[in-house]
Amino acid sequence: MIEEYQDKIPAPLLEKYEKLTKDIKLTKEQEKKILERLEKEYSDAKIDPGESIGVVTAESFGEPGTQMTMKVFHFAGVAEVQVTLGLPRLIEIFDARRTISTPAMEIFLHKDYSEDVKFARNIASQIKETKFREIVSSFSINVLNLQVECELNKKNIRDLKIKDEEITEALNKGLKGINVKLLNKGDTIVLKPNSEELKDVYKLKEKAKEVFIKGVSGITQVLPVKQGNEFVILTAGSNLKDVIKLKEVDESRTKCNNIFEMQEVYGIEAARNTIIEEARKVIQDQGLDIDIRHIMFIADLMTAGGDIKGITRSGITGEKESVLARASFETPIKHLIDASLIGEEDHLSSVIENVILNQPVPLGTGLPGLVVKMAGEVKNEKSGRSTEKQ
Amino acid sequence: MTDLFLNEKYIGEVDNSKSFLENLKAERRAGKLPGNLNIFYDDSCDEIYLDSSKGRARRPLIIVENGQSLLTNEHMEKLKKNEMKWSDLVKEGIIEYIDASEEENLYVALKEEEITKEHTHLEIDPIVILGLTASLVPFSNCVQSSRLNRGQKTQKQSLALYLANYHLRNDTDVNLLHYPQAPIVRSFMHDVSKFDEHPGGQNVVVALMSYKGYNMQDSLIINKASIERGFARSTFFRPYISEELRYQGGLVDEIGVPDKEVKGYKSEEDYKYLESDGIIYPEAKVEREQVLIGKTSPPRFLGDMEEFTLAASTRREASTTIRHGERGVVDMVILTENEEGNRLVVAKVRDERVPEVGDKFATRHGQKGVVGAIVPSPDMPFTASGLIPDIIFSPHSVPSRMSISHLMELLAGKVGALSGRQIDATTFAGEKEEDLRKELLSLGFKENGTEKLYNGITGEEYEATIFVGNQYYMKLKYMVANKLHARASGRIQLLTRQPIEGRAKGGGMRLGEMEKDCFVAHGASLLLKERFDSDKTRLHVCESCGLFAVSDDYRGRKFCQRCGSNVEITTIELSYAFKLLLDELKSLGFYPKLKLKSKYTD
Repeated sequence: MIEEYQDKIPAPLLEKYEKLTKDIKLTKEQEKKILERLEKEYSDAKIDPGESIGVVTAESFGEPGTQMTMKVFHFAGVAEVQVTLGLPRLIEIFDARRTISTPAMEIFLHKDYSEDVKFARNIASQIKETKFREIVSSFSINVLNLQVECELNKKNIRDLKIKDEEITEALNKGLKGINVKLLNKGDTIVLKPNSEELKDVYKLKEKAKEVFIKGVSGITQVLPVKQGNEFVILTAGSNLKDVIKLKEVDESRTKCNNIFEMQEVYGIEAARNTIIEEARKVIQDQGLDIDIRHIMFIADLMTAGGDIKGITRSGITGEKESVLARASFETPIKHLIDASLIGEEDHLSSVIENVILNQPVPLGTGLPGLVVKMAGEVKNEKSGRSTEKQ
Repeated sequence: MTDLFLNEKYIGEVDNSKSFLENLKAERRAGKLPGNLNIFYDDSCDEIYLDSSKGRARRPLIIVENGQSLLTNEHMEKLKKNEMKWSDLVKEGIIEYIDASEEENLYVALKEEEITKEHTHLEIDPIVILGLTASLVPFSNCVQSSRLNRGQKTQKQSLALYLANYHLRNDTDVNLLHYPQAPIVRSFMHDVSKFDEHPGGQNVVVALMSYKGYNMQDSLIINKASIERGFARSTFFRPYISEELRYQGGLVDEIGVPDKEVKGYKSEEDYKYLESDGIIYPEAKVEREQVLIGKTSPPRFLGDMEEFTLAASTRREASTTIRHGERGVVDMVILTENEEGNRLVVAKVRDERVPEVGDKFATRHGQKGVVGAIVPSPDMPFTASGLIPDIIFSPHSVPSRMSISHLMELLAGKVGALSGRQIDATTFAGEKEEDLRKELLSLGFKENGTEKLYNGITGEEYEATIFVGNQYYMKLKYMVANKLHARASGRIQLLTRQPIEGRAKGGGMRLGEMEKDCFVAHGASLLLKERFDSDKTRLHVCESCGLFAVSDDYRGRKFCQRCGSNVEITTIELSYAFKLLLDELKSLGFYPKLKLKSKYTD
């Protein structure tokens, strides 16, 4: 019985049917009735030919998108971890920006480490990027000797387990050509610039504050949070590549909100899932209700080529087949010149081209045509040539 | 060590920032440092910013020392007797001007009673935190700030008696409210700004109830009898100006009834109100783009012969007509000369605007709405004493917006109207709600302002008690008469052959990109094509070169200018805009080639 429906109903549905009816005794008639109904339900659920799913998806995002106004409500989170939300974040995702405004990670740890707070805190502090300003209690400019004197915060240094040599080494690396001296048994660091001007000394002071000392670069904040019965480290700033190298980190679950980093480390399917996940987060957060299939459709479109393409003129829109469609979106001159150079043809197969030409768009009522069998060529009475097409 | 900046330049360091700041401020108050020097200490990065640059907004505050305001009763007495001036207070270091950044370091008390040891300054009055229009909102301390914002905005759009000498002036776009009234519920800023000399609204009786659904979604219902008694009537004035310009070669414009020979002559009907001097007479009723001031201009380009034979037939019609879609009565005609000595004629047209469905009204609390229905007074609900409300306001407009001040005004307005006095509703200092309630009770009404109302149609008593009160209502300058627009066919643009834009010119209704998307999403492809048909044309295409061919209908032949007549030429239907695009591409050196294919064969 089932074999008859193999072509009509997709395999997963049939499998599910078999699983459900395994323990029930059904007569042939009942089975037939069920399968007929299943087939009908399935065909009803399918999208009809000529349905413009692209526009429907676009409108499904566009209309609620207009309600996501006012910048004030687009940022959330505590002082530690700030996250961009709302319309700016949605634009960021769909434009496929390489650098996003608030990169963040969710770092999972291996079983051995994840259940203890101390371990989690320890790993968190190792991951966090430490800058020079954080281990200095006060900066002052010595106007007489034209140098910057930095009093070190011993407590912080001890907490972060940094050695004195590491500090000088990092400073030498971060501030090239500057004389770095450790004085008073490692209590003070003196930075002497080459320049004799007060302005440059002030600049050096500001620059020294930002020198990278320790940790994973790019990760500005860490926050161990308990999720279920394990500790997860949330971060502001991201560096997926370096973080998963740490042996404590569970690389199979650790995530990042930057699509490109996900693609680089885990591959294109992970990037697709990240797009869906991130877009869904924004939409749910705003209390809107957009069907997940719309998001999946966009994510599929963005990642279909094996790499990530944004919905911009350099991404998906730039790859449209029709010259007129591309020209009507952005930078028309560029597209028209390029098209004319290679003699591109426009087959008027999509919507915008046909709107421009005032022809019926090949969708919905414009899709089906009247099929007439021609007995011969249509003759024009006057000229005898075939004319009046369309 | 604290970094020190003067006008955003690094100038050095300070050891003891606290005493440094104190000294600096003391010296400024003593007059040793310029008064426009503002000092700001940024404690997040331990930096001091001194600023004496131009273009900062600064405001005065009273200085507080050791929990005592420096402005004493002694000073107040002197000020009252005119022995002291504002500038003296500033000089003596009692009041100082603070800029935005210095304000960050201060602890400012709103009222004198609030002052503690920590306070550094005192506001001159709590109301100064608001601007002029915001302080005109009654009980504005009882409303959400964003509502207050909208409430003060609508006041600027209200029709009013804007000037008493309006009949002598020729302001453009002027609306004048008939029978304006001073508000019953008012703030002291109404007195300060002399609001009663140019009031912008009327006190009306408002009932908070729904009525047959005609006041849903912020719309409101007006009693027809109120309108007939003159409620919210206004007059719209528009001056039309025409000037006799002089051109090169001694040619001049001529104001007068245009000759029938003139180029662009309108119909005789259009000129019928003009007197022999070509100017309309006052009190003439004009409509339908009729001419107010007749004028002819010399031709734009003079041919060789025409220069000598300046016949009327070569002159152009240049009359001033009433604007498209407007009407009115000529109020005043002025004949004068301008600075260049040219004759100038101004005809001012007035139009009485009676409130109609679609006109916009608002209270002073951001509760704006459009008239949903005008109900004859017999059908309106009435109170036990036979009072019929002027306006029925939807109660659903209040809870979500939390405009408590709106309700307070209704209550206060009722007390004011019954006791015949004006109610002080100044922000932070208005009369107490409790006292108003008590007074209302003593006046013989329920203390919460509700009353039993009776259905005007059936005469039945409503089950619910209805909140009825008096309120100051404003008619806003947005009226349907200025918005109404429809078009079937009409003028088109020369370049694109698409309908022109704009209501004033009788333009078309644009079906924009998003509207187009909507048609596409519904799959209404053929309807979409029909909607975009406005500029369709029949074009002839040469099938050998793909360019447009010529059809000589006179000789009945078609030919291609490039390939001659021995080619196949097909007629197609396209939008003119696309033809224009192809022409523009050709002018840029592109070769857009059309390849035709029949939809029906193959």
